[in-house]
Formats: sequence, C-alpha cells, structure tokens
Amino acid sequence: MVVYIFRRLIAAVLLLFVVTAITFLIFFGVPRLGGATADDLASRYVGKTASGQQIHDTAEKLGFTDPLYEQYGRFVKGLFAGADYDTGVSIDHCPAPCLGYSFITHNPVLPDLLDRLPVTLSLASGAAVLWLLGGVATGVVSALKRGSFFDRASMSVALAGVSLPIFFTGLLSLSIFSYALEWTPPGGTNPVDADNPFDWAAALILPWITLALLYAAQYARLTRAGMLETMEEDFIRTARAKGLRERTVVVKHGLRSALTPILTIFGLDLGLLLGGAILTETTYSLPGIGQYAVIAITNQDLPKVLGVTLVGAIFIILANLVVDLLYAVVDPRVRNS
Amino acid sequence: MALSACGSGSGDKDGDGGGSTSTPAFNAAVGHVYNPSDTKGGTLKMANDSDWDSLDGGDSYYGYGWNFGRLYMRSLVTFKSAPGAEANQLVPDLAESLGKASADAKTWTYKLRKGLKYEDGTPITSTDVKYAVARSLDKDVLVNGPTYFSDFLDLQGYAGPYKDHDLTMANFKAVDTPDEQTIVFHLKKPFAGFDYLAMLPATAPVPPAKDTGTKYKEHVIASGPYMFKTNELGKRFVLVRNPNYDAKTDPDTGRKSLPDEIDVDLNVNQADIDKRLLNNDLDVAVSALGVTAETRAQVVNDPNLKKFADSSPQPRTWFTALNADVAPFDNEHCRKAVMYAADKEGYLRSYGGANGGEIATNMMPKMIPGFRQVDLYGTKSKPNGDIDKAKSELKACGKPDGFSTNISYRAERAAEKATAESLQQSLAKVGIKTELKAYPQSDYGKLYAGNVAVAKNNGLGLRVYGWGADWNDGFGFLSQIVDSRAIRAAGNTNFGVKDPKIDSMLDDALEELDEGKRNKIWGNIDEQVMKDAYYLPGVWASTLFYRPERLTNVFISDAYNTYDYTTLGVQK
Repeated sequence: MVVYIFRRLIAAVLLLFVVTAITFLIFFGVPRLGGATADDLASRYVGKTASGQQIHDTAEKLGFTDPLYEQYGRFVKGLFAGADYDTGVSIDHCPAPCLGYSFITHNPVLPDLLDRLPVTLSLASGAAVLWLLGGVATGVVSALKRGSFFDRASMSVALAGVSLPIFFTGLLSLSIFSYALEWTPPGGTNPVDADNPFDWAAALILPWITLALLYAAQYARLTRAGMLETMEEDFIRTARAKGLRERTVVVKHGLRSALTPILTIFGLDLGLLLGGAILTETTYSLPGIGQYAVIAITNQDLPKVLGVTLVGAIFIILANLVVDLLYAVVDPRVRNS
Repeated sequence: MALSACGSGSGDKDGDGGGSTSTPAFNAAVGHVYNPSDTKGGTLKMANDSDWDSLDGGDSYYGYGWNFGRLYMRSLVTFKSAPGAEANQLVPDLAESLGKASADAKTWTYKLRKGLKYEDGTPITSTDVKYAVARSLDKDVLVNGPTYFSDFLDLQGYAGPYKDHDLTMANFKAVDTPDEQTIVFHLKKPFAGFDYLAMLPATAPVPPAKDTGTKYKEHVIASGPYMFKTNELGKRFVLVRNPNYDAKTDPDTGRKSLPDEIDVDLNVNQADIDKRLLNNDLDVAVSALGVTAETRAQVVNDPNLKKFADSSPQPRTWFTALNADVAPFDNEHCRKAVMYAADKEGYLRSYGGANGGEIATNMMPKMIPGFRQVDLYGTKSKPNGDIDKAKSELKACGKPDGFSTNISYRAERAAEKATAESLQQSLAKVGIKTELKAYPQSDYGKLYAGNVAVAKNNGLGLRVYGWGADWNDGFGFLSQIVDSRAIRAAGNTNFGVKDPKIDSMLDDALEELDEGKRNKIWGNIDEQVMKDAYYLPGVWASTLFYRPERLTNVFISDAYNTYDYTTLGVQK
C-alpha cells in the first residue's frame, strides 16, 4: 500500500509539471506561432501610452526575450529555490515555493492564492456534502420507489438541475432569497469575514445550493440507475432470502455496491470543482480562487494563471488519490485483490 | 431641508444649470442637485464590477479613479464639484489659486495653502508634490498613468527617483521648490492648458519616506477628507474620515464629505450590482459604466424605476477609423465614399438606439468646450447614407465599381460587431465589399488594429473603435487620436490621422493662452479631421445611471460625466 501511494505521488508530481508546461506553452508559444514578438507580449503589461523603448524594457524585465525553455526553467526554479524580483524600487525575495509575481499588480501570487483559499474551500466542502448526501439519498429513494410520483418529480428536478447554468440559478436565487425575501445576505458577502459559524453558513447557503444542484442532479440519476441494477442482482435476493432486514439489504448490500462508481465520479468532480467555483464565485462575487482565475485570465496575467492551474491540478490529483484509497474501504473486492 | 418625495410636482425647481430638487424624476440629477442635504454620517456603499488600475494617484488612468481619488487625495487644482457645466471649471485645491503662467506659457507657478496635513498629521510641503510628479515619470514602475508630464516638462534626461536613487531630486530641474509653499514647473514647450496637468492625481502629494513604489497603492497616505482604514487588494477597501483634514483649507472645490465611512467592494458581478442598486442595497456602481443593457431596458420601461435614473451624455465617441495605409484608402475620395455611404442610423442602432446616445456628425463630443457641429457628409439630411454622393466619390477615386476591404472590431463587444455588420450592408450598396475580422479586445490596440504593420498586412481598411476624453477639453480629447507625431509601431490610439496641417494647429492651440481662441482651434481641428475623412464618426455616447433612493446630494458632474463622488451622502 505504501509503495502504491508513493508511486502515485511521484506520478502526481510529474503530471503537475506537464500541466504547467502546457499552460506555459499555450500562453507564450501560441501567440508566437501567430507572429507576436516578445515586445508585443510585453505591450499587454505597460500603460496606455508606453513608448517602444518602455515596452522593450518591460519585455526584458519579464524575461520574454529569453527562449521559452529558459523562462519555464525560471518558473520551476522559483518553485524549489525561490526567486528575486526587481520591483523597480527594490529587490524583493519570494521564498520557495515561489509562484512568481503578478505582471499586473506586481504582488507575489502564492500569498494571494492562500488568502483566497478559505473562501473556495468553504464553498467546495459545503457544496460537496450537500450534493453527495442530497443526490445519493434522492437516487436511493427514487430507485426503491421506482415509477412513483417522488421518483418522477425528483428526476425532473434533477434534469433541470443539470441543464440550468449556474449564472442563471445563481442570479435567480439571489433575486428571490436575498432581494425579495431578504432571507440571505446579498451577493458579494465574504463568508471569511463572518463573526460566527451561523453568518458563515448564511453567506454560503445560496452558493452551496446553486453549486450542489448542478452536481446533485447527476448523482441522483447515477445512484438511481446503479441501485436499480444492483437490487436486481442475485446477492440481493440471497440477502433477502436469508431474512435480513430490508434496511440492511438496501444500505449494506445494495447501496454499498452502487456507491463504487459514485465515488469515482465524486473524486473527479471534487477535483474539477474549480470549474464550478469559477462560475459560482463570479455569480455571487465571492473572493475565492475561482474569481481570481477569471481576473487572471481576463488580464492575461500569466503568473496568476499558472498559480491557479497548479492549485487546480493539485486538487484533482489529490482528490483522485484519496478516492483510489477509499475504494478499498468501500469495495471488499478491491481490498482482497 | 430636503422635501419629501411624494409631492405632485411641488418642490421641483426645474431648470438647467443649478437649482435643486427632491422630487424623484428622470434626469433629476442632471443639471441640478437631487436630494440636497448637509446631513453627515452613515456609510456610503459602493461596488466595482472590476478593479482600479491602481489606487496610487501617480499610477492611475481611469476616469472614475480620478473622480473617486478626490476623496483621499488632493491635487494642486481640481474640477469644481457642482452640477452641470460649472463642473468643467478648474478650481484650486492644494494650491491657493490656479497656476500663474509666464508670458510664453512655459513656466507655471503654484503656491500651496497653509495648514495642509497628511493623515498622520505631518505637514504637506511643495517637495512632496514635486516628489509625486517625479515618481509618476517612471513608467517602468508606475505603468498606468498618462505621460503628459514627460511630454511637457523640461526633464533633461531625468527619469524619476527610482532610477536616480536620490530622494532630494537634485537632478529634477524641471520643477523648483524655492520654499515649502511654492512649486514652479518648467516646460520644454508652451502649454496654455497646464492647469489641466496640475489637476492630474499625479500632483497629489506623496511623502518620499513613505513611498514604496508599486506597493504604495496598498496604503496611499491620505491628503483628502478620507483615509484608508483597510485595503484588501482585489477584494474590498474601506475609507474613514481623515482626522487631519481641515475643511477650512478646502474652500473652493465644493467637497461635502458627508458619510462617515465609504465601503467599496471589488470584482462584483455586474448583474448583481444592478440588482442591488434597484433594491437600495447598494449606493453607487463606482466604475461609472452605467447599468447593463438588460437593466436599462427594465428601467426605462418602468416609470417607478425611471424616475430614479439619469441619462448622461459622455465625452466619448464611437467611430470607425479609415486606414490610409491600406489601398485604396490612401485616396481621400475613396475614404469619402465610405463617409457618405455609411448608414448612420444603423450605427446608432448598434449602440442601443436613443438609449445609447445620438448620431455623431463629427468627432468631438458636444460637452467639450469649443465643440461645434460640423456635418460635411449629409449625416442629418440622409441618415441612412447618401448613395449618389458616395458613387460620385468612388468615380473620383478611380473605383467606380467599388472595391474590397476588411472591417475589424473587438470580438467581445456586441455593439461593435453590430456596427461592422451594419457598415458591411450599407457599403455593399455602392459596391464596397467587406469582410469582417474580429480580434480580442485586450490585444486590439497593441497586437492587431492599433499595430501599424499588422493592420496594414491584414488589409484592415476600416477599424471600429471608440475614444473618450482624458478630460473635457479639446487637448484631452483630440491629442491622442489626431496627432500624427503620436503614432507608434503598436498600441496606437491615433488610428492613422496624418495631416501636417492638423499637427501645426495642435501646436498653435498649446501656445494660445486665451481660452476662447484656444477652444476655437480645437473646433477647427475637429473640422479638418472630418474634411480629411480619416474617421467616420458614429455615436456620441450616453450612459444611464441609477440613483438609489437613500442617496443624497446627487448630481452628474460634467467633468466626470457620472455622479460626483465627493458630494454624495446617505439617508440613515
């Protein structure tokens, strides 16, 4: 098991390099293929009325005039050894792991990301709990009461949940619950500034539900399908024949078996959550990593984009690793093999 | 003193230019003070759909940043806080009076008021103003601001204190500070409008010992009525009263400083900002772009909402630049064929019709002093295009059957796409075949349409664009878009006006100390640009603003073309 985890971690680190290298290439390689020079790239990061000389100085300062592999090498070196940054006024040292300095704000990227992480984690954890519990419970009940009103109603809601975009459900729920009914705080309320857990949850309840709705729907449908299939299996009939209580049959034998594919998807989704967080944080104006990603991409601020990509990739890799380990817990076949 | 808002027409002292009203009505804050009040206290809540370029006065180029900056910074002179055209008047702020010019308009002297202090109680001296100007010269460090000081000051190679490494600024000879109150600017060429440069937030004092270069924006040392309590970059900041600001040293600007606190949330969803404004949960959308197209439709169609809205013309013109580098637009007659053939009503429709502004006949927006309407291409008589005249221009150009060219626009902008399509249709009627080319907006000026070589190589004959004045004055609007000497390899705002006559008229205006004569020259330049047919004017823009009920002392400033942020208050 230890060897397995170790191997997975090594693979994860390699994957991170590949991801950052590709991001780097998209950002710098593609415009160059289109004929953009180092000065053209630098012209994004100077003022409206910069002279040619200023643009060229900026290109040199940001290292655009160096070959791509040197620029990428500097980024990697910064990760392990830290980097020095000339602000034009002083030389700042950015300790390892250094994700570089923003081309626009000239602030180091890592503290920004760490500063915004609690918001995104608050959003992601709450939403994940909601969608997993809500989705699985709905799916189980729908499967057991197949064809009932509950089944049909919940599957219709699930279909709507998958189909409606976050910026629609988000703005609609803000209109109703924040502005018409005034039950929840307005958009832009930072949960991290809350004085107590109640305020924290109040600021997040709408974003949680909005984000969870998108995923829960999919989980309900998956669980329902899985449960329908499992409950037809021979071992369920055997369990019933042994005289086990129906609850035990459903939860211990049926659900457990149906849960394995759900867990796989959950791991992937948890990692990919950054995508959902981008839309949710933008709709609700939450100052998290998703919003940071949007600002970074809009401003073509490469160090920030790289930072967000790296954090996103780490999320995905870790979530997958945890899920793989959890398989053993959920599925006896994996444990015994 | 504010009258209640339920009267049937009573209490409304309507009229242009001055007066006040407390009856909610459409445009009640245009030309008058709406809901006048001297009541202090409360928290003014603002939100920004994006973020400032920088809160540092020496590193700032956003119009709303200059309007807002007066809450925590004081420059040598500033625009008067008053409704209507009075706002275009420059008044002394830190200085005792407007600048005193030498006869050749090359030396300008200002004297600071007595008793000026920073938020920490230390006195503000002329050296601090000199230092603020000096640091703003270094565009490698403070990249965002305009370059007017570099353009006009006699720098003799001085590149700012960060490169010179000398806080005493011994080498900065273009600015003298003979005593703690006096500051003298030496220019390398005459500039009769130098008071406009003394208005820039780059003249707001910066104590040299507290300067941290690019990080100074995190804590600007306040000289104005408010100071930073907190500043979370990219998220939000809070201003509170500056205890060391003395209103007695500020008799001319009209600042009211009513709220005790000003909260600003950053990077807030634009649709959510509109909802919060309409719900009275937010007071001001600080970036002054006006409400979104969806909200605009909702507001103008609902009388109960419309009475809380103001439509303000903007010092901005949407236009299409004709590229003389791309044949056959090197021939003036081919350019004029486009000027005649274009559907001007279609242009306006692309920007939302009457809600988005009015059809422009020439480049300079109407509120800019010196404006006069010039209609050389039958825009008023034939708003859908003059086919006959266009055809005869095509003949004169040697292309009686028309020609082919490309139209570029910014991909993200629906109005520019609609404009390009409208032009495509109207030009096709006279045989000018066009292909549309969309480019990303962030790189439009630097890598594509505003890049001389790229525009030429891609045959971008027509480039859809827009321009707003740096300040409401002929120089502030025209200099960056018509001076041929301002054309660079990339990142241009002058999309190809190359007329030595215009360049020399610009120089004449800079030397002319008589404001009336100077403004006349700006009007003449505008007319010459139209004669040359380098720009097809499209729309004089206007914007719809919403003023929530609890806002007091609201009016549109003609200088900033949105609500004046220094006079706003809130009902508690």
